[in-house]
Amino acid sequence: MNPEPAAAHTPSAEACESCALFRASQLKKLGVILEDWDHVIALAGNPNVGKSTVFNSLTGLRQHTGNWPGKTVTRAEGGFEYGGSRYKIVDLPGTYSLLSTSVDEEVARDFILFGQPDVTVVVADASRLERNLNLVLQILEITDRVVLCLNLMDEARRRGLELDARRLARDLGVPVVPAAARQREGIPELLAAISDVAEGRAICRPHRLRTESPVLSRAVTGLEEKVRAALPDLPNPRWVALRLLDGDERIAEALRSGELARLGSASASRAAASSAPGEMPEDGRETTREEGSA
Amino acid sequence: MTDSPQSPSLASSASPALESLLDEARSLRWEVGTSFHEELIEAIYTDAARIADRAVRRPDRKPRFDIDRSIDRLLTSRLWGFPAMFLLFTLIFWITISGSNIPSGWLSYVLVDRLTPLLRSAADALSFPWWLRGFLVDGMYLATAWVVSVMLPPMAIFFPLFTLLEDFGYLPRVAFNLDRLFRKAGAHGKQALSMMMGYGCNAAGVVSTRIIDSPRERLIAIITNNFSLCNGRWPTQILIASLFIGSLVPAYIAGVVSALAVVGVVMLGVFLTFAVSWFLSRTVLRGEVSTFSLELPPYRPPRILQTIYTSLIDRTLIVLWRAVVFALPAGAVIWLISNIPIGGTSIAGHLVGILDPVGLLIGLNGVILLAYIVAIPANEIVIPTILMFTVLITGAQGVGAGAGVMFETDSETTLRSIFQSGGWTVLTAVNLMLFSLVHNPCSTTIYTIYKETGSWRWTAVATLLPVGMGVALTFFVTQVWRLAAGF
Repeated sequence: MNPEPAAAHTPSAEACESCALFRASQLKKLGVILEDWDHVIALAGNPNVGKSTVFNSLTGLRQHTGNWPGKTVTRAEGGFEYGGSRYKIVDLPGTYSLLSTSVDEEVARDFILFGQPDVTVVVADASRLERNLNLVLQILEITDRVVLCLNLMDEARRRGLELDARRLARDLGVPVVPAAARQREGIPELLAAISDVAEGRAICRPHRLRTESPVLSRAVTGLEEKVRAALPDLPNPRWVALRLLDGDERIAEALRSGELARLGSASASRAAASSAPGEMPEDGRETTREEGSA
Repeated sequence: MTDSPQSPSLASSASPALESLLDEARSLRWEVGTSFHEELIEAIYTDAARIADRAVRRPDRKPRFDIDRSIDRLLTSRLWGFPAMFLLFTLIFWITISGSNIPSGWLSYVLVDRLTPLLRSAADALSFPWWLRGFLVDGMYLATAWVVSVMLPPMAIFFPLFTLLEDFGYLPRVAFNLDRLFRKAGAHGKQALSMMMGYGCNAAGVVSTRIIDSPRERLIAIITNNFSLCNGRWPTQILIASLFIGSLVPAYIAGVVSALAVVGVVMLGVFLTFAVSWFLSRTVLRGEVSTFSLELPPYRPPRILQTIYTSLIDRTLIVLWRAVVFALPAGAVIWLISNIPIGGTSIAGHLVGILDPVGLLIGLNGVILLAYIVAIPANEIVIPTILMFTVLITGAQGVGAGAGVMFETDSETTLRSIFQSGGWTVLTAVNLMLFSLVHNPCSTTIYTIYKETGSWRWTAVATLLPVGMGVALTFFVTQVWRLAAGF
């Protein structure tokens, strides 16, 4: 019960404790027990890349998985404990983008935006990286606390693809973890990366989109400044500017109704009180729609 | 959700600044022009391509043999796609039907023939009054025992097989094959996927229509989802097919013929899905067909042990549990209305008497119709309910009545003799299979439809349309059958 002297006498134990695999043994799957979480994790990604499999291996739940796109259309929630912190993880519907308007895409986008997850884990299909990056880049515009889980590495290997995860991490500005969740490969590393971002040990500097046309970039930058001035606490003014320029009525409405303003002040107060965890704004739940509307 | 309560002070103080911001955005939108959306998408695609290119190294030459492509060439071929689909499903039903016979007989021997008399004598030993014994043993226990022995074996075989097929990646190929037909019917191709989901559970199928963006096509998908046989209806189809259709032919091909009968019902369901979609999209739900891209996922070797484990735990036991939960009170109700007399006849007797003329007209009978009314909460208990009513009302003897009385080790023969004592023929069996496919959704699904559409009108359409169609279909089949038999 007193680890200090023991660790001092056996230096190898110390090396073990810093190893991701050792830490994974501290993973406690909490299933649907969701009380008193310290951090909220969103699980996003294209359809059929194994989000539910990652979700299951972290929470110990058995959310139905199957090899076809469009299985998860609602949010599933679960919990786990790792490195002394309790996490709530939300499995979002798989989407190719966050720009169009079907109900499942809205569920995903609204949660990433209004649910204010501490970390958004984007699960991507390593064997179809380019197409999966379209969604990754869109998410990086909304939030910078992202971990990219490069799943299905086994299939990528089967196709003879070689992936340079470190280069990808450098280009995207966020941690990248190669994984094969079906074989539980990479889950310990994923947990370590999630905890690093959640606890602020890793700071992300995400890649931002560039537009070629100077007219556009001027418009975006100008509007971004205006948004920043109106809502100084908002974490992602540039993305809001982009959406407004694109004529996104949902975002205009959120601006008008004060939903975005509340979001900004919530994130500011969270940053101020970062030493007091377990105090997630409760409106994360109510702002995300459960039922579809036709 | 946009009109959630907010502090009025914040809204009013922020309003002018925000309005000017929105005005600014509006005027900027005029400046940048309509190409903005395209340019944004373009920027995303360019960056994605550039980053992916730097991170991925492709093999120098293409592998000579791509197994996925070869399998797809067969399974999604215009010529072989449908026959392959037909064969695969027939194979699955054949395995299910021929495999579930023996454990089914064993379970019903233990639970119904052996345990029922034991429980009765136990109740007598504890000197229970006859009505309490009847209520508990003949009502609640027997209904549950039948649910377990009739449903467990086919489910325990069918669900793992279906899940293996799903894990392998076959379902999107089915969607791919059906897409062309859906487009012709004026519906969304993704409806094939929500249809697949409906083969597990219609309530889940209705929720899964959220992947369809157009409200018009989504409504079509919701209304027609009921034509996918759900968990609760598979056992009915499989049991009735093996009892009545399979027994028409020599034993060595009985399994295959029964499997073909079930596949036939499934195909009829697919046909009705197209027909009703076509009808709706040309009448009340007119509109353009949206285009979409369907991703064919790679074939993945299914993890067999894990699949068997999870499909047994998650699907079989959950469905069974749901059936038991509904069977217990249903058994009690069935026993009560069969034993409380009004003017010399039991309530159930009266109800069956009222329903009988209608039932006979459509080639069923009053007992079956009453069972469908009792089973609105859960399709799972249709067959057990029919068995209970038949035994209690027609007074079929020997079912767990005690050792020696019409004792059969073969559950099929026992079951068939019960049905036959209720006056069943092959026509009844055929119509029961048809009506099981085409009737109202269960109450959970009805509620889900209301939640998803938010409209009582569409909920009523989705509920009543199939009942009407089912009555029309069975009536038609019965008249033709009787005409043909008359000659």
